[in-house]
Amino acid sequence: MNQFIEWISQPWPWYVAGPMIGLTVPALLILGNKAFGISSSLRHICAACVPAGIPFFTYNWKKEIWNLLFVLGTAIGGFIAVNFLANPDTIVISEATQTDLKALGLTNFSDLMPLEIFNWDTVFTGKGVLFFVIGGFLVGFGTRYAGGCTSGHAIMGISALQWPSLVATIFFMLGGFFMTHVLLEPLMKVVGF
Amino acid sequence: MATNQTKMDSVADPNCVAPNSSQTQDKGLALLKYVLIGVVFGIVFVKAEIISWFRIQEMFRFQSFHMYGVIGSAIVTGIISIQLIKRLNIKSIHGETINIPTKVFKKGQLIGGFIFGLGWAITGACPGPLFAQIGSGYTVVLVTLLSALAGTWVYGRFEKYFPN
Repeated sequence: MNQFIEWISQPWPWYVAGPMIGLTVPALLILGNKAFGISSSLRHICAACVPAGIPFFTYNWKKEIWNLLFVLGTAIGGFIAVNFLANPDTIVISEATQTDLKALGLTNFSDLMPLEIFNWDTVFTGKGVLFFVIGGFLVGFGTRYAGGCTSGHAIMGISALQWPSLVATIFFMLGGFFMTHVLLEPLMKVVGF
Repeated sequence: MATNQTKMDSVADPNCVAPNSSQTQDKGLALLKYVLIGVVFGIVFVKAEIISWFRIQEMFRFQSFHMYGVIGSAIVTGIISIQLIKRLNIKSIHGETINIPTKVFKKGQLIGGFIFGLGWAITGACPGPLFAQIGSGYTVVLVTLLSALAGTWVYGRFEKYFPN
């Protein structure tokens, strides 16, 4: 048992994680005739809390409560993984990425997240505005406008051989490349890196 | 909370990412299975370091194969699964024919997709990992989540003004 815990405490390789994520698709289809998608949970929360008479948020969100339970489970899974299955070693980040990010002003590579950004002290600073407020807004707005995110389009949509989802995924990647290679450096300078 | 609004059978938008085709409404404990699938999903996200801001940077900088391997093998698994379901005519546990919704092409997949990509590279998270990050103790990501909800709401509020 201890050996097992030790084994699953190592970071999981892509060829274990990818198929497990892929199996979410048939699991949801067979257990509940549900299409895999996560960004829809954001819409359901809006519909539940602030529908404000907007047609886009006026629907029976309670029928979609499974989607909210799924993301609740995702958060619980994160808690379990960190508290009971945590990897004892420091994360290994590619040297090239570390070099690039050092040039942008990051110094701490010891955690899953850059701790100099992801802590409560930065919330009311330019860093917080960029990384949480602007970043989050773009994720919420963009996924809804695109009609899905990495799960709904890239995984569910492409798995079902839906070409609009492939197009959406290509544009997710293009946006990511543009931010990473063009906008991130000047934006990080503006917020004080 | 929603009170005096028109109740519709399902989400009106055919492009809703996760439309619910089920005719059987899960109630009570039957709903627990969705929590459990989510738990497994969240554990994988953390254990494969998919929630890591650094892994997303590696991906967008072409400096690691990890994320491409994860997404690629997830898609291959999904394709095989769906083909098996279709060819073997596998039914849901409630005996329903499994329905896979068709995605309709619209301009939003280009414009919205690009906008999401911009945000993905800043936050290091798509919506799934957002929830897993919060559960993993990066509670400040709650701010990101609130902002993502605001983004979703603003899209819904001004939907008709955006080209689609």
